[in-house]
Amino acid sequence: MKKYTKNIGVGFTALALSIGASLVQAADTIKVGVLHSLSGTMAISETTLKDTVLMLIDEQNKKGGLLGKKLEPVVVDPASNWPLFAEKARELLEKDKVDVVFGCWTSVSRKSVLPVFEELNGLLFYPVQYEGEESSKNVFYTGAAPNQQAIPAVDYLMNEVGVKRWVLAGTDYVYPRTTNKILEAYLKAKGVAAKDIMINYTPFGHSDWQSIVSDIKKFGSAGAKTAVVSTINGDANVPFYKELANQGISAEDIPVVAFSVGEEELSGLDTKPLVGHLAAWNYFMSVDSDVNTDFIDSWKAFIKDSKRVTNDPMEAHFIGFNMWAEAVKKAGTTDVDKVSNAIIGVTVPNLSGGYATMMPNHHITKPVLIGEIQEDGQFETVWQTAGAVMGDAWSDYLEGSKDITADWTAPLVCGNYNVKTGKCSGQNY
Amino acid sequence: MRMSSVWLTRLLHVTAVIFILTVNTLLFARNVMAAVPDSELLTPLAELKSANFSKKEQVVTDLSNLDDDRVIPILSGMLEGDLYYSKNAADVFVVLSSIESGYQAFNVMTAESTPDISKRDYKKISVNNSLRRLLRETLASLQLRSSNLDTRIEAARAMMKSDDEGNIKPLRQALQKEQNETVLHLLAVSEAMLVARHGESQERVAAIGKLKGELYPEVRSLLAGFLIQRNGEFQEPDADVRQAAADVLESIEDLVAFNKGIENVYFGISLGAVLLLAAVGLSITFGVMGVINMAHGEMIMLGAYTTYVIQQLMPNYIDYSLFVAIPAAFLVSGAVGVVIERGVIRHLYGRPLETLLATFGISLILQQAVRTIFSPLNQSVTTPAWMSGSLEINGALSLTYNRLYIILFSLVVLFTLALLLRKTLFGLQMRAVTQNRRMASSMGIRTGWLDALTFGLGSGIAGIAGVALSQLTNVGPNLGQAYIIDSFMVVVFGGVGNLVGTFVGAMSLGIANKLMEPFAGAVLAKILVLVVIILFIQKYPRGLFALKGRAAED
Repeated sequence: MKKYTKNIGVGFTALALSIGASLVQAADTIKVGVLHSLSGTMAISETTLKDTVLMLIDEQNKKGGLLGKKLEPVVVDPASNWPLFAEKARELLEKDKVDVVFGCWTSVSRKSVLPVFEELNGLLFYPVQYEGEESSKNVFYTGAAPNQQAIPAVDYLMNEVGVKRWVLAGTDYVYPRTTNKILEAYLKAKGVAAKDIMINYTPFGHSDWQSIVSDIKKFGSAGAKTAVVSTINGDANVPFYKELANQGISAEDIPVVAFSVGEEELSGLDTKPLVGHLAAWNYFMSVDSDVNTDFIDSWKAFIKDSKRVTNDPMEAHFIGFNMWAEAVKKAGTTDVDKVSNAIIGVTVPNLSGGYATMMPNHHITKPVLIGEIQEDGQFETVWQTAGAVMGDAWSDYLEGSKDITADWTAPLVCGNYNVKTGKCSGQNY
Repeated sequence: MRMSSVWLTRLLHVTAVIFILTVNTLLFARNVMAAVPDSELLTPLAELKSANFSKKEQVVTDLSNLDDDRVIPILSGMLEGDLYYSKNAADVFVVLSSIESGYQAFNVMTAESTPDISKRDYKKISVNNSLRRLLRETLASLQLRSSNLDTRIEAARAMMKSDDEGNIKPLRQALQKEQNETVLHLLAVSEAMLVARHGESQERVAAIGKLKGELYPEVRSLLAGFLIQRNGEFQEPDADVRQAAADVLESIEDLVAFNKGIENVYFGISLGAVLLLAAVGLSITFGVMGVINMAHGEMIMLGAYTTYVIQQLMPNYIDYSLFVAIPAAFLVSGAVGVVIERGVIRHLYGRPLETLLATFGISLILQQAVRTIFSPLNQSVTTPAWMSGSLEINGALSLTYNRLYIILFSLVVLFTLALLLRKTLFGLQMRAVTQNRRMASSMGIRTGWLDALTFGLGSGIAGIAGVALSQLTNVGPNLGQAYIIDSFMVVVFGGVGNLVGTFVGAMSLGIANKLMEPFAGAVLAKILVLVVIILFIQKYPRGLFALKGRAAED
């Protein structure tokens, strides 16, 4: 009898334990931080990315989550305020103890959260094209590096359109300045004379483009095909294109290739003056592939608006999220160091019908597409690279970063290894 | 408004139909419609369905060689991106145009129009830049002898971009037939340009001589092209041609520089007009009433959003939408202004710091409200056709229409406001209240309501400015922030409480900015202007036109 009771006791304990365990498991979710501005100037671009991550989490949960756990989004609003980005990042990592963060748009917001992620050993997926010259142990860059957007675009203009004179126009901040520095060095290496390059910077939200467009017109009437390479930031683009059209400059005369104008930006403006101008991205909503059609359908269903568009940074989050999910499955844990190691070499489908692979420098492989803007606000692909291009963290065309390479796998384990001196400069990134 | 505009369009339609009928009879009286068998058109058209752009270019050339009146509508439809083919029936090619009830299909083979078709049944024939260039040039050469004068001018102007030796012959034929001076001149320039490219040595020198004094960018581009050196060698081997080109180019450059100067002043005036529009409402609320209104920019934003809403409500009458939007924006922003004044500001008179904080809070509330209602994305406001393009004075100087209208509009607003303040009872009472509230009150003026109306007037004018700005910049929640600083700058610089000061302040800031921009760059020019203002305010704290006498005491 005593033995019997004991057995029952053991049975109950086991039952209680297993119930307890399952209860713990139900409460134990994988937390995914979303660090995108939902108010302020950047809300225009970043709100969409927040929704994209929520959709991806939702879909993953429908497939049963990860490692048997549900994913739980933790959304914060850094309000387009750069110091607040750092504060919110700290809150996500210390208070909410998230396992991974998807976020940031501008380079300055990324630079602001970088020390926090390195100090607290967090994991950040950054989905926007940027100026390069960075490779952090804690950041994975799923947007394009300059050699995955700017350089191929210039190659296209030079070889296919026969452009001889270049206007590099940009908004006055870090991304255009660095990109234009790289492009200027690249053009000069290709034998373009200094007098055939015009560089121009304008303040954020610049709306009076009269003088600059008039200058471009004058620069373009010097007997050689001219093109504008635009790193002008989202908002200032509308008045710029309007002024071009009003002063009678069409895309056939002086084409503008933009790196910051995508479907989302086009949906907010009268596209008539823009038709025929170009954009370089790694994804267009108009790309014809099954996986893209599925993505667009599920996006429209999730956001409950059939008019919403998809764009390149959304694709970057799609790739980044799937890579992280793969890496978590591979590592069997959400531990930052283990996931970081496991994710290198992970290959997932991208939306243009190919595959993206995470490289040891924390950048990914991407195809480069050049599209002409159509009247419906979509892009018609006119050119694309033969295969996927590997993202290069440190530009080969800049003095000082030419010799630097990033490789987070053994034996280097360094984001800025100088091949000449053989030294890792000691910074974490 | 909707009713009357319907009648207006109907009237226009009837007139247009009568006109077209008359023209048609005249045309048919003179020559019979040129035509080739349908199959000769359909074979190249069928090839347009393929996605290959170089094949499409061949098709365009083939089509242009056919002597058929149906070619021009096909090519121009293709250039506009309106040429579609039917997904269901072979040999059906249509030009789609939007009409009130949806889409109308114009069959290019039979010239029949079918209204109310479904766009889903048709697929677009896509074009790219190089195809567009070819189309424009081909169309121009086909339209050189069109009966419509504007079409001929446009075609002759477009021929300047041509590099095709084969165009010399049609140009010369057109030159012989042409009567109109403007077209003759354009044709002669285009012809000289082509000869300068492709003729014999002596012909080329003579042709270049003819280009003397022509300011068109294409001419400059052509001449400069002769002087380009690559690897120390001239691209152009003929020394005589180079010499002639260099001489003519030099004479052109002086004229261009002169025109560039005029253009810069125009740019300055137009920037000044924008500043004036943005600031004139503030010169009432801040200048006359003394309220530091940080929500002024949001009043401008509300005006711009009103324009957007009006355009959504009347999508088929975009050309008239602005005339509806102006009073609507005035009412919307003005009403919000009255509510703000009655609800918040009237409790805070004489407490500038609290007013500043309260209105700043209101500006944030309004921004977030707009974000919630309309989404944080920018909204698309269409520019009416009459505001697009530019008025070409000569080849080097053209004034953009949108800026031209905004300059005129800002002056109209300023004068109306000045009249209102000087000549009406409301203006008199308003000035009385702002000068001496208690005295005015004892004279029987309801100062409370007058304050509300004055604030509403200032806000309403900001709303009108929003209508104008919606044509220049993004309509989004942040629109107002971009203009609030500039507005305060203009009012303080011009002298508080003074419309003339606001006008002179806006214009001088605009022109100074634009004259500095060509050599200092946009960023530095703005900084320089700010530095000058700071220095100026140090010396003249009351601005350009300081109020004198008792009003200036407090």
